[in-house]
Amino acid sequence: MNSNQFDLAIIGAGPAGMSAASTAAKQGLKVLLLDEQPRPGGQIYRNIGSPALKDRQILGPDYYYGEKLLTAFSGAGVTYLHGATVWEVTTDNILYVSVKGESRRFEFNKLLIATGAQERPSPFPGWTLPGVMTCGAAQILLKTSGLTPPGPIVIAGSGPLLLLISCQLIRAGIKIDAILDTTPGKNYRSALPEFLGALKGWRFVLKGMRMLSEIRKAGIQQLSGVTGLSADQDESGNLSAVTYYDNKGHQQTLSCSSLLVHQGVIPNSQLTRSLGLAHVWDEVQKCWKPELNKWGQSSHPDILVAGDSAGIGGALAAELQGKLAVFEIVRQRDAGSATSGNNEIEQEKAIQELQQQLVIRPFLDRLYSPAEEFMSPPDETIVCRCEEVTAGEIRSLANDGCRGPNQTKAFCRAGMGPCQGRQCGTTVSSLLASELKASPAQVGYYNIRAPIKPLTLGELATIGNADSNC
Amino acid sequence: MPTDSRFNRLPVSEKGLVSICIEGQTITALEGESVAAAVLQAGVRPSRTTPVTDSGRAPFCMMGVCFDCLMEIDGKPNTQACMTEVRDGMVVNIQRGARQVLGDDL
Repeated sequence: MNSNQFDLAIIGAGPAGMSAASTAAKQGLKVLLLDEQPRPGGQIYRNIGSPALKDRQILGPDYYYGEKLLTAFSGAGVTYLHGATVWEVTTDNILYVSVKGESRRFEFNKLLIATGAQERPSPFPGWTLPGVMTCGAAQILLKTSGLTPPGPIVIAGSGPLLLLISCQLIRAGIKIDAILDTTPGKNYRSALPEFLGALKGWRFVLKGMRMLSEIRKAGIQQLSGVTGLSADQDESGNLSAVTYYDNKGHQQTLSCSSLLVHQGVIPNSQLTRSLGLAHVWDEVQKCWKPELNKWGQSSHPDILVAGDSAGIGGALAAELQGKLAVFEIVRQRDAGSATSGNNEIEQEKAIQELQQQLVIRPFLDRLYSPAEEFMSPPDETIVCRCEEVTAGEIRSLANDGCRGPNQTKAFCRAGMGPCQGRQCGTTVSSLLASELKASPAQVGYYNIRAPIKPLTLGELATIGNADSNC
Repeated sequence: MPTDSRFNRLPVSEKGLVSICIEGQTITALEGESVAAAVLQAGVRPSRTTPVTDSGRAPFCMMGVCFDCLMEIDGKPNTQACMTEVRDGMVVNIQRGARQVLGDDL
């Protein structure tokens, strides 16, 4: 086996990727781990090797838990390339990656995609203004730089991360001027039947209640049932205020310098899509995810998916899924030989732990299902941030006869900018579905093609001289 | 009316410091942090203008997904500031509209 060939290539060094890498190395596999970020950890354990904040209370023990994963991975003897942007994977087991402006080619027997999640694009009028950023972005700034946004700060949206970043800012002594909760009232009713099941995951419920109480104690103005969110700009085009309707239907405006928004997370499916793997629309989580068996095996025999890119389950579930995918790879390798079955006990334990981790999901998914106004925003809202295409333009194309996102893309360029549809894909599918009175599953998604990240011709041209180095 | 757009630094662990120049303003950044973080700390808002309507944008996702943090870094246009680490002596400028096709770095 030469230096460019691996038993297992893993893409993404978050909890799924790190745990898969150390498990696989222990099983004697030759492992390549590629990650786009400069340091391992993924987004949840971002920068875990050199956390910026002096005060460990701010991010809390769930973040520093990642140190354990990092230690196991660092000593595992895995070939790890950071700052490595995978731009193409082919169905005949070859991948292409750009590292420091140079392209490289690797061959693999098995591939584990562990590319994690991204925040759900949650368009509303003014969400492109400088000063508006996602809650996840604010958290990354805490983890990597110890930076907090300038006040007045308003946090708006729905989901566990919204509560978590609020608590972290409170612990850091930062004043939050208001939390605007957009969780629709009907979600409480649809989530209620799942609450009993959620109690089996009582640790999560307790954690959620602690966060709510921490926010209450801080005396922050917290409004539920907020609708009609929009961001206003000053004369220089930056964020100046947020306008919304309170739960009595009165329009309110709050002046702010930072608006942190969040509507949950969705699988990062760019790579799985570019490979033509089968995907399904998850009506509860309101997102697409690859079709997988319980080990994470995709519709391609050599490609597995683990962690949030397989469907949202959180960091601890991701860690277990990474492990389980490797056990499956090893089982396939050893099938029929005398060594098979060695991992059965550990495998069974991981499956049980995974079920325990996922027991809270039906409740959370229903409670934090995004409000309709973020799936099908008002006409004037920009949905494609790159090409600046509005919801109204997509609607009018649907009325002109467009039947899917690839048709609207050809007419108006939504999805053709540098983000390649990451920030508009789910919205455009949802908008078309609602206009055409169909489901997103019927309407479909963009055809994603390589390169899945923008690539200069210079980077592409280096491919010929990259085969010999690793 | 909010005026100060600078992000604030909490007490941080012992880290090296680097000096970078953003839009002519020299600022101190933490070794290993992203250009986007340094730009937010410097309060440069917007950090790019769009090719379509020339409207202002700033880092939005901080994880390489949205491409709203594109800047001109050491002369290289359309570079993702959130995916680029600061380096001593780095020169960072606002990306104004579409990049020019120069011919030497396609």
